[in-house]
Amino acid sequence: MLKILVYIHAPAQTPTKGQRELLALAASLGEAAVVLGDNADDAARAGLHGAGATAFYGAVTPEQLRGELIAPAVSLLVAAVRAAGADAVLLPNTMEGREIAARAAVRLDSGVITDAVAVDQELNVTKSVLAGSYTVRARITRGPALITLKANSVQPAEAQDSGAQVPPVQTLELGESGPAARITATAPHIASGRPELSEARFVVAGGRGVDGDFGPVEDLADALGAAVGASRAATDAGWIDHSAQVGQTGVTVSPQLYISAGISGAIQQKAGMQSAKYIVAINKDPDAPIFEIADLGIIGDLASVLPQAAAEIRRRQG
Amino acid sequence: MSQKTGTPLNILVLVKHVPDVQFERHLLPNGHRLDRQDSVLSELDEYAIEAALALAESRGGEKGGNHVTALTMGPAGAANAVKKSLQMGASAGVHISDAALEGSDAGATSLVLATAIKHLGGFDVVLTGMASTDAETSLVPAQLAERLGLAQLTNLSAVELDDANIITATRMGEDGAQTLSAPLPVLISVTDQANEPRYPNFRGILAAKKKKITTLSLAELGIEASTVGTAGSGTRVLDAAPHEPRSAGEIITDSGQAGLALVDFLADAKLI
Repeated sequence: MLKILVYIHAPAQTPTKGQRELLALAASLGEAAVVLGDNADDAARAGLHGAGATAFYGAVTPEQLRGELIAPAVSLLVAAVRAAGADAVLLPNTMEGREIAARAAVRLDSGVITDAVAVDQELNVTKSVLAGSYTVRARITRGPALITLKANSVQPAEAQDSGAQVPPVQTLELGESGPAARITATAPHIASGRPELSEARFVVAGGRGVDGDFGPVEDLADALGAAVGASRAATDAGWIDHSAQVGQTGVTVSPQLYISAGISGAIQQKAGMQSAKYIVAINKDPDAPIFEIADLGIIGDLASVLPQAAAEIRRRQG
Repeated sequence: MSQKTGTPLNILVLVKHVPDVQFERHLLPNGHRLDRQDSVLSELDEYAIEAALALAESRGGEKGGNHVTALTMGPAGAANAVKKSLQMGASAGVHISDAALEGSDAGATSLVLATAIKHLGGFDVVLTGMASTDAETSLVPAQLAERLGLAQLTNLSAVELDDANIITATRMGEDGAQTLSAPLPVLISVTDQANEPRYPNFRGILAAKKKKITTLSLAELGIEASTVGTAGSGTRVLDAAPHEPRSAGEIITDSGQAGLALVDFLADAKLI
């Protein structure tokens, strides 16, 4: 049976959807053990255990993971790979996940594959390349396989109350992790109450066409329980925070539903969203390239279409 | 540009020549390699060049003894990425070129680049873009920090250097906006939020013609061919298939009821 490690960057009281996806994939491949990127109390570990984790590895000095950028997390992961005799490590396809995997691959003299959407029993990895224009299968040819998994690629594990005893944390020494930048302050993202953009099942995104007012986009997003996204034109204009940017230099999303409002659909934007299951586009310009990839295209003014749709959803939901 | 105190800086900026993202890009059937015709300087590298030039200028620029070297690796055409860097204001260029490099993955690439950076030696700052716009894995900057034993300050949206040679930077991480601090030497990657890259002006284009681009081979770097390229890579592509292009579905024109049609569509697709 393969030994699979899952790197959980920020353990929470209940595991996030992305974390449950990693655990589901790990459990489908073999025995899933978790590497804790920060402190995890009994409740957090019980949640991860309920979602499939059979063992836990953590740092003797977790404060080191919070105080220095990336390098201590790499030391922890490498120590856990050695302690567990892991065949593969699954990490989130986030900035942090990629960077930790990148450096661990150097220390372990192995390979790393990013942007995975599937991994089979032989650890062959499926991913999209060139902004979604090709599907590639690739594998790691030496050392433990380091794989970063895109959100919304696999069915998440149900978080069950396992009832069984939650395994203890096996703590590992980080040793000398080398020069690193100190993290002197962290200003947490302001909680919007909406789903995390990269993990959301539904996304409603606005572009130049919102003309400074994200109100209708946010209103439809809230009616649907969706995350709010934006094109680069909208974030560059300062209408919405840069963290909402979907596209080549922003967040890549693959939700069930992507509603694109007032976005022309330039190639950089399409690169970030065209793997969505359903795409609905609203644009005043009938020649907008977004209509070429939309399952439903509406030529019209988002300022009237979106509020009407939001009201209708609320009406039907009673 | 006001002259500031502090020692002159020796900065290395990494650049890559990639297929233009404005056009359709292809994998070649033999070996699943990227068709590299119609390539340009990776747009995201322009932010790295700008950051390098701004750091050098904060210490008085070339006249103040600061030096910005642009380094690339790749086939013959890759030197064009270095040329554009020189036109923007870099002082010298280096091009690692060798047939054995073909098929190198991120790990093999970072091995070659790190060896070249050590060979050239003496850099206070190694600067890169946040990702290349071809493979988009964003692995090489972190791997360079690992191989060079440098503090990693990556995906930065703001960078400042004080007179005591301490870098202070902002990074939008998973946990929020992080403030980072590290003394030189460092490895930095910047995002497209970090600055507005300059355009090469006429003087810059003329000046670039007199600047030198040094070519390095694997032998000159003391790298065994078996440790790079396809043979040296820790990953291998098994197969590649073009995606079925998404096709357009129904297109309607709003005559006052399109919001309801949208909701019907969501209901039919069982999304609500």
